Amino acid sequence: MSSEWPLWEVFIRGQHGLNHRHVGSLHAPDAEMAINNARDVYVRRNEGVSIWVVRSIDIAASSPSEKGPLFEPSNAKVYRHPTFFDIPDEVGHM
Amino acid sequence: MAQTIAMEAAVDRAALFEFLLGMGDNTLVLGHRLSEWCGHAPALEEDIALANTALDLIGQTQLWLGLAGEVEGNGRNADELAFLRDAREFRNLLLAERPNGDYGRTLMRQFLFDAWHYLALKGLRASSDPRIAAIAEKTSKEVAYHLERSRDLVIRLGDGTAESHARMKKALDELWSYTGEMFVNEAHDAALAAAGLAPEPESLKPEWNTLVAETLCAATLGKPQDGYMHRGGKRGLHTEHLGYVLAEMQFLQRAYPGASW
Amino acid sequence: MYAQMVKTDAPRIKSRSEMDPRERAFQERIDAGQKIEPKEWMPEGYRRTLIRQISQHAHSEIVGQLPEGNWITRAPTLERKAILLAKVQDEAGHGLYLYCAAETLGVSRDALYDQLHSGKAKYSSIFNYPTLTWADIGAIGWLVDGAAIMNQVPLQRCSYGPYARAMVRICKEESFHQRQGYDILMKMVKGTTAQKAMVQDALDRWWWPSLMMFGPSDDASVHSAQSMAWKIKQNSNDELRQKFVDQTVPQAEYLGLTVPDPDLTWNEEKGGYDFGEPDWNEFFEVIAGNGPCNAERLGARRQAWDDGAWFRDGLTAHAEKATARRARSVAAE
Repeated sequence: MSSEWPLWEVFIRGQHGLNHRHVGSLHAPDAEMAINNARDVYVRRNEGVSIWVVRSIDIAASSPSEKGPLFEPSNAKVYRHPTFFDIPDEVGHM
Repeated sequence: MAQTIAMEAAVDRAALFEFLLGMGDNTLVLGHRLSEWCGHAPALEEDIALANTALDLIGQTQLWLGLAGEVEGNGRNADELAFLRDAREFRNLLLAERPNGDYGRTLMRQFLFDAWHYLALKGLRASSDPRIAAIAEKTSKEVAYHLERSRDLVIRLGDGTAESHARMKKALDELWSYTGEMFVNEAHDAALAAAGLAPEPESLKPEWNTLVAETLCAATLGKPQDGYMHRGGKRGLHTEHLGYVLAEMQFLQRAYPGASW
Repeated sequence: MYAQMVKTDAPRIKSRSEMDPRERAFQERIDAGQKIEPKEWMPEGYRRTLIRQISQHAHSEIVGQLPEGNWITRAPTLERKAILLAKVQDEAGHGLYLYCAAETLGVSRDALYDQLHSGKAKYSSIFNYPTLTWADIGAIGWLVDGAAIMNQVPLQRCSYGPYARAMVRICKEESFHQRQGYDILMKMVKGTTAQKAMVQDALDRWWWPSLMMFGPSDDASVHSAQSMAWKIKQNSNDELRQKFVDQTVPQAEYLGLTVPDPDLTWNEEKGGYDFGEPDWNEFFEVIAGNGPCNAERLGARRQAWDDGAWFRDGLTAHAEKATARRARSVAAE
């Protein structure tokens, strides 16, 4: 068997100015073709206006076993959320 | 509207009808050929991409043949024109009906056609008939992408392995004699151009030559010398292949006359 | 279903006390409705079962292109042609999403193809039946996609993140597939006598194979029980089959068709239909490779792959050359 085209992760920014979002992956021989393929595979229903692709092996990911240390500390900082503060109704919308 | 009627009077309505059939028959027959690959392409990504091109071409057929029926004025719609005409009444280029061959030949055929299609639509965007200009405007965006893709793949495969190079070279040599027809003026072409309805076929040749030469050079294939060129499609003189395409395509409409689907 | 009779390697389901601490923690996360993500620890059986199930599902999508693909070039109108092509293209897309989901479990797409081409991997039995008339295209959309949706909707809640997300995308895209099939049939039953007969004939041929798609009863299957405990299967085969029959029979009646099952009767007490048993011998023969189209389907896929090797290699070679050229020009600067 000859060598397989590398795997790419595809990120698409939708119509409404939102961030690029991971939509899936595909195989392609290089970045240009990955973008073309992404257009054909993941934008068949007019879903996007901008495409990013990145080689899957180039993604550095947090380790699942560190999930506790990485994410739990922020649970304690409840004051970062607007619902932490009680504002009297009379003050109006804030 | 008054303008349109004036123009139709100036140019033979039948000539315009023939021209529109040509546009629609090209996209119909080539779309048919591409759809034969569905489920059989060399990679999943490619299967999906080629189907997109085929879908665009079928959509374009509806527009061109729809307008052809309107211009003809006999109440025939796009489906009737597609499914109930015999081969001698088809006006597509012979290139479009060439069998798929291997995937390389399919892509080479696509590139040679796309380059012409792109330039033809560019000219048609300035058509004096607003209905033609509107279709050209809409479809040229699709075709610009077809060309980008087929051009890119021709370059990559030409400049790939020894085998991919050899296959692309063979495809090019086999198809080249079917490219001349795109630039030959048939009976009504000069009149259509004079009325500002469509660019004259031969006027597209220089730009096509440049585009094709540049691509084939990047593909390390080189542009073949022009030799004998087949023609006849635009006059309804086709190769034997079209009959089989139509026998398949028109089967249901022919076997069950008058049924709606 | 698209994945029929997936084996789990489980001789029987382990009790909590037999699990080691990691297995227990894993099962607790699943029970709590958490998603398992690619790099996280998972029991080997879970990983292998998922690969089998997802790849079978993916193979079914791409082999499933073939019976309908047959009719793209013969579709009776330009609109029907475009719709069918878009649908078959979607199936290729769904195959692609699913292969990618399987790849997150550490297996390559090429390796999965190899299993398909060698006949080692299975795909849904339904695609080994022939599409003989245009009504078959309607029947496939209505019955086959209808049965698939029954299974795929709950799979959106499956415990494995990438599979669940692929199913969300697939379900969203497939929403038109069943309708387009039913629409073909609605048009035909309003047409000529010949068209109506064509539709009845299609139902006669596709009804039982559609019921077989759910697989034989698995109430006593340890594999199904394990898959359910892992939340990679949500309902039993019989449950889904019942749901399918209950939903489909009124739709057949609306079309004025007769479901080819003499045992079909409404059971007021259970609030559903009683129906006959599919011919499971036929099912096992089809699974074993003896269906009417097994050889053609697999042959077509193999040929596409083998004939396409030069194309894939050509593009790889060009990409390598281009990279080398870029490296040289950077070095020269």
